[in-house]
Parts: sequence; structure tokens; C-alpha cells
Amino acid sequence: MFENLSLLVLQQYWWFLIAVLGALFVFMTFVQGGQTLLYTLAESDKERNVLVNSLGRKWELTFTSLVMFGGALFAAFPLFYAVSFGGAYYVWMAILFSFIIQAVSYEYRKKPDNLFGERSYEILLFINGSVGVFLIGAAVATLFTGGNFIVNTMNLSRWTMPSYGLEALLDPFNVAFGLMLFFLARIQGSMYFLNNVAEESIAERARKSVRTNALFFLPLFIGVAVAILLMSGYGYDPQSKSVEIVAFKFLKNFMAMPVVAIMLLAGTLLVLFSLYSTLFKESNRGIWSSGLGTVLVVMSLFLILGLNNTVYYPSLSDLQSSLSIENSSGSHYTLTAMSYVSLFVPAVLAYIIVVWRAMDREPITIDEVEADSHHY
Amino acid sequence: MENADLLVDWSRAQFALTALYHWLFVPLTLGLTFLVAIMETIYVKTGKSEWKTLTKFWMTLLAINFAIGLATGIIMEFEFGTNWSNYSWIVGDIFGAPLAIEGIMAFFMESTFFAVMFFGWDKVSKKMHLLSTWLVALGSNLSALWILVANGWMQNPVGMRFNPDTARNEMVDFWAVLFNPNAVSKFLHSISSGYVLASLFVIGISSWYLLKRREVLFAKRSIVVASSFGLLTSLFLLASGDESAHQVALNQPMKLAAMEGLYKGEERAGIIAFGQLNPDKEVGDDNAPFEFSIEIPYALSFLGYHSFDAFVPGVEDLVYGNEKYGIISTAEKIAIGKEAIASLSEYKEAKKSGDLVTADTALQRFESSSHYMGYGYLEKPEDAVPNIPISFYSFHIMVGLGSWFILLFIVMLYSIMTNEMEKRRWLLWAALFTIPLGYVAQEAGWIVAEVGRQPWAIQDMLPVGMATSSIEHTSVMITFWLFAVLFTGLLFAEVKIMLKQIKIGPEEH
Repeated sequence: MFENLSLLVLQQYWWFLIAVLGALFVFMTFVQGGQTLLYTLAESDKERNVLVNSLGRKWELTFTSLVMFGGALFAAFPLFYAVSFGGAYYVWMAILFSFIIQAVSYEYRKKPDNLFGERSYEILLFINGSVGVFLIGAAVATLFTGGNFIVNTMNLSRWTMPSYGLEALLDPFNVAFGLMLFFLARIQGSMYFLNNVAEESIAERARKSVRTNALFFLPLFIGVAVAILLMSGYGYDPQSKSVEIVAFKFLKNFMAMPVVAIMLLAGTLLVLFSLYSTLFKESNRGIWSSGLGTVLVVMSLFLILGLNNTVYYPSLSDLQSSLSIENSSGSHYTLTAMSYVSLFVPAVLAYIIVVWRAMDREPITIDEVEADSHHY
Repeated sequence: MENADLLVDWSRAQFALTALYHWLFVPLTLGLTFLVAIMETIYVKTGKSEWKTLTKFWMTLLAINFAIGLATGIIMEFEFGTNWSNYSWIVGDIFGAPLAIEGIMAFFMESTFFAVMFFGWDKVSKKMHLLSTWLVALGSNLSALWILVANGWMQNPVGMRFNPDTARNEMVDFWAVLFNPNAVSKFLHSISSGYVLASLFVIGISSWYLLKRREVLFAKRSIVVASSFGLLTSLFLLASGDESAHQVALNQPMKLAAMEGLYKGEERAGIIAFGQLNPDKEVGDDNAPFEFSIEIPYALSFLGYHSFDAFVPGVEDLVYGNEKYGIISTAEKIAIGKEAIASLSEYKEAKKSGDLVTADTALQRFESSSHYMGYGYLEKPEDAVPNIPISFYSFHIMVGLGSWFILLFIVMLYSIMTNEMEKRRWLLWAALFTIPLGYVAQEAGWIVAEVGRQPWAIQDMLPVGMATSSIEHTSVMITFWLFAVLFTGLLFAEVKIMLKQIKIGPEEH
């Protein structure tokens, strides 16, 4: 089946899967957003515990999505893996540290004799939810703005700035993108609590939090969207593969791929609808429309980055070193083998959904958390 | 020391640090998930609530361990990119696949059903809960499968070819990579070592309860399950260890020689049961390799090649060559490797300038020499030798401790059957003190596998010096210390929490 596809089609298929994984991960960062709201939405220890336990049943999925996103990039686009991780070293390391500290915090926070105290683990959760999400946003934004690397004729790469990726934080677009993701995560975190926790006092504060964070998110979202539509991108000639700067490249990509433009529009409308229904209709189900909307928007961004002869990781040091899905992918054989493996993805998604529904049939209450012998 | 050497040393140190920390937690997860699944099965079958208490108690300890296993694990995957970016390109086409498959097939299964296992007691049916527990066990062991397929490939690269146009190795046979004999034996050996460690852990803690004369029934039940499981799996460990050594002999003769401190090869070679290496011994000099040693005759020939008469090459045969046995010297391999590197550059240059005739002849020269290309990056023949004392001692510590574990399981099982367990307080103390020894054996095993492979990142193909990222060593130094502080802090927290939970005991869970 897959072996008969051309290399280009396989590359496009794998870029599509990367887009799906990236989009699902961004949706799942509602966990991170929620982690930054433990003190905003809870006024007592009991309330805080119910929030932590609500997130605690989901955090591993987000964590796994991130690992999966990395693994898929390694297998399908190993040159990106080598260039970006090995070059923007400090940024990726900072992101990883923020996830290392998350992984122990849920389990250790409430345990007696935990060495650092409950509060410390809550601070670690906050760092993961704020610095971690912001840096991931900034790192993804460099797919639009570029990185300082050179790839030699043997396809070995090096970074040309001693700040190893931290220089990306000087670019306002990258910063805005990171902040946008941070506020989105907080909006979705609040919406998730509205849906998952049955405590009136928390719900009231969560709705307020959606409003406050939306006030930051919306201008950032509009700014970033307009910047993407107006910015020059990097394209390559399909024959000679030579890279050049193209004015309004992403706008042109949307026009060339109307389905992707529709995804962006539909996604944006769904996110707006979720805000409307949460704030004006007292709905507790905003997380679902906002989640679907987020997935569609993020997918559309990945798709305009990688498809239509576009460079998805431009080099600011040497234009011709820039990475596209064509020059950075695995071989035809490996992409074929991995495509067969990808057929497991629907099964994985199916059992995740079944388990999610079984576990979340009833919203969580303070009483339930207190009665459960194993709780976070 | 030059910057390039510093970079590779710090990169190796960081990887070793993170891997050794990670491996403190993984084996327990591998085994304890199965043990709790067995205990829960007994609970579901018998309906007796004391088995539920038992299950929940060990599950709590599992969760504490699991969390830090995840924390130390996420970095392992990404370090290939951050610290070994040349490696990621040169072999990513093969190496990335098992890592991605691990994510799809194992990680999601673990993380999804882990939540059910801990929070789903009242939310799903008994059977669904039991299934979830088994799926967590299956998921964690599947994860071990894929990562050891990747590691096995580093020890014995199969199923690929070098593509001169992309300047990397590309996969040509997925099944060869998956069923690589080295990967299979490594997987079986590693998971069974995890089962053994988890058994030691359960037995040791239960013995502590018996020493304190509390939770007596609980402890005895746990010991019955764990020592049966431990004995059964340690026999499996022994068999897979034998096969691992055989694979090492076939594919990594230098590692085998280092593990045994064998400098000069011999037929009917023996295994050193006990020995102290001579610290002044250098490769190629006339010093005796050992201060003293006790040898089991013929055993190494048999272990390595399954024949008492087989010739086992020593370090010096492999470095300087041995005509009688058809072993070519490392110097010759280096010369061939340099030819491969030069002809590859020539091919790339000629291709770029459109000179197809030169490109073609360069390609032919490359193809006739590419099998030793990795050696072309070595400076001198002695660079092909791993650290012998580290390889030797860690191998012997591992084997010695492994033998003790088997004996312990037998005595424990016998004592509990004859109802003499509580009288033998020395045995309970021994079981308690064997817990840390289990961890020592685990780490020693990894050290043999990874130090013995040096200087290769990929055996005979890619030396570690060529595999790193092109970054300043000071950057790696900074992150090394950050990891050291963070992981040490987390380890202390983990141990303290674990001890407290053990002190609290099973009734609270």
C-alpha cells in the first residue's frame, strides 16, 4: 500500500501526521494552563486538591503527546531533529527541564516526607505551565521566523550563535506566539475545570479566568494571525530546490490550499464560539469546541509551513541550508515502514477516548477526592 | 585536552548520568507492574479483600517510582537530538523508527491505563480495572522492547546501508532491525533483570515487616508471590545472559575481551571467577594482566562460542591483528576507513561540480572500503579499546550478584514453604540488604553494555567523537550539573517518600 506512494507523498503524509500530533499536543496543554491557575481558582487547600486531581488524570497524556511529537519528528524528519535540538540547545533543554519537574510533582506533592514541601511542587507545576508552554510556543514560532544554523554537504549541522536558540526570544513574533499559547492554555485549562469539576465556587472563578485570559489572548491571536498573513516566507523551487524569500508566502499558501484556509477559519470560529458560550451562555462544554478549534487552527499552521514548496525551518545564517519536508526526511523505506505503524494511531485514539469517557462520566468533587485512598 | 575531546567527554558524561539515573527506576517498574497485576488477578479470582490491600500497597510504591521514571525518561529521547545531533542524522533513519513506535504502541497505553489503574477502582468494573493493570504492565514492557531494539542496533547494526548522496545510513530491512539477535537477547535480559529486581524489592520490604513483627500475613503473601516470580524469572535471566554473551562474542569481540580482561587470545579460554587487574598493564606491554585470579577453565570459549575448543580473541589480537586466526589489525582497518572517508568527499565534490566520471570511480573506491569507514575517524589503533577495568569489574559484579539473587530466591521459597521464615532472622536481614545490591547489579549491567561498546556509538561504524552535536563543551557542562543537582534532589525526595510509605504500611492504602 504505502510502498507504492512517491517519496514526496510520504513526506506530505508524515508532515500531516506531525501537524495532527502538534495540534493534539497544543490542545492538551490545557493541563499546563490549569497548573498556572491553582492559586487563582482555588481559595482553600481542598479546592486546590480537587483541581490538581482533575488535572492529575490527564497530565500523562499531554506528556506522552510531547514525547510522541518528538519521536515522530525523529523518525520522519531526522534532519530537523538534529539541526534544531542540537542547535537551539538551551531552549530545548529549558523546555525539557520544565517537563522533568512536572512529572514528579503530581505524585509527590501531597505525600508525607516529600523533602521539598507541597508548595515547592506547586511552584514546579506553575513553571511547567508558564515557562514550558511559553518556550514551546516560541520554539514553534521559529518555524516561521527561522534559526541560525548551517548544514554542510555531509548534512551535518551547527548553530552560528553562542546563545544556542535563546536569541529567538529577541524576536517579537516569537515572543507573541509563546504568550499567545500561554494564554490559550489558561483559557482551555479554565474551560476544562468548568467541565470536569463540580464545585460551584470554582466554576465561578473559572469563568472569570476565561474572560481575563481571553482579553490577553485575542489581541495576541489577531496580531500573530495578521503577521503570518503579511510576512514573507521561504519557498523553494521544486526542480532546482533552491530556496528564496517569497513575499506573502503564507497568504499565498492559504490561497493555494483552500481546504487549509477553511480549517483556519473554522477553527477560529470554534474558538470564538467556545468563548461566547462559556462567557455569555454559562456553558460548561466550551472545552470541546475550543479544543476542536485549537486542533484545526494549529493543524492549518503546520500545513502552510510544510506544504506547497515551503521551507518549514528557514536558516537565517545560510538560506540554502533551510529545511523543507523534501530535504530533511527519512528515506522512502523508513517512511513506508512508519506509515504502516501509523495505522495504529486510530486505535490508540479510540482507547484514549473510551477511557477518558469512562473516567470522566461524573465531574470530580471535593468529597470524591477526599474519599479516594489514592489521590494526588 | 582539546575542545573536541572535552565535548565528547561531557556529552558522554551527561548521557551516562541521565541513563544511569533513569535505569534506577525503570527495572522496578518493569517487574512491579507484573507483580501487582498478578496480585490483583488473585484478588479478582478469590474476591478476598486482603489481596486488594496488598495490590494497592505495592501499587502506591509503583506510582512513586513510575513518576520519577517518567521524569528521567523524557530527557533520554531528546538527548539524541540535543547532544548527539550528528548521530541523529547519520543513523536517524533507522534509530528514530523504534523510538517513534515506542511512543505509539507503548507510551500511550501506559499513560492511559495508568490513570485507570490508580483512579478507576470505583469508576470501572473489576475486570476492566484488572485489564488496565495488565495493560500497564504490557505497555511498560513493550516500551522496553522498542528502546532495546534501538540499543541492540547500536551494538550490532543490521538491516541498513550507507547512502553516499545523503551521507547517512538508511534502513533497508525493518524486520532485520526488529529481530536483530542482539536486540532480542538484550530485551529478554533487561526485562527479566527488571522482574528479578522487583522481586528482590518486594521480598526485601516484606522481610523488614517480618523483622519488625508487623503485617505478618501481608508480608508472607507478598514473599510467596515475589520469590516464585523471582526464581522463575532469574532462570530466564540466566539463559538470556548466556545468549547476550554469545551475541557479544559474535559481534563485539573487543567488548568480550575487555569484560574478561583477556589481553592475549587463546583456545579453550577460561572465565575469571575472581580476579584483580594489574593497574600498570597497558595494551601491548609485557606486564601480566592480573595481580591474582581464579579461573574456570574452558568456560569463556563455551560461553562465547558454545564450543570448549573455540579461540577467543584477546584485546591485543584485535588491535595488532592475528594472522593465524584471520584477524586483521586495527591499523589496517584505520587505513581502509580513511580511504573510505577520502573517497566519499571526492565523490561529493565531483558530483557537485558535475564531473560524473570522477564521481563514479570515487564511488567505487568508497564502496570497496566503506565497511571500515568508522575506523577512519580513529587516531591510533589503541583507541579501539574500551576501558578494561570498568568493563571487567562491572561484568563480574553483575554476574556475582546475579548468582546470589538466585540462591536467595531458592532459600526464601524453601523457608516460607517449611514455615521457618520468621525464625531465620539472618535471612530476613540478608533479603533487606539485597535490595540495594539489586540496583548495583542493574547499573553494573548497563555499564558493561555501554562502556564495553566504546569507542563506538554504533559498533564499528560511528565513533562517539563523530556523533556529538557541534556545540561548546561548556554548554554541555552547564546542563550536566543542572541534571546532576535536579536528579539527585528528586532521587532523595523519592527515597524519602518511599520509606515513609513503607513505614505507614499497607493498611492505609
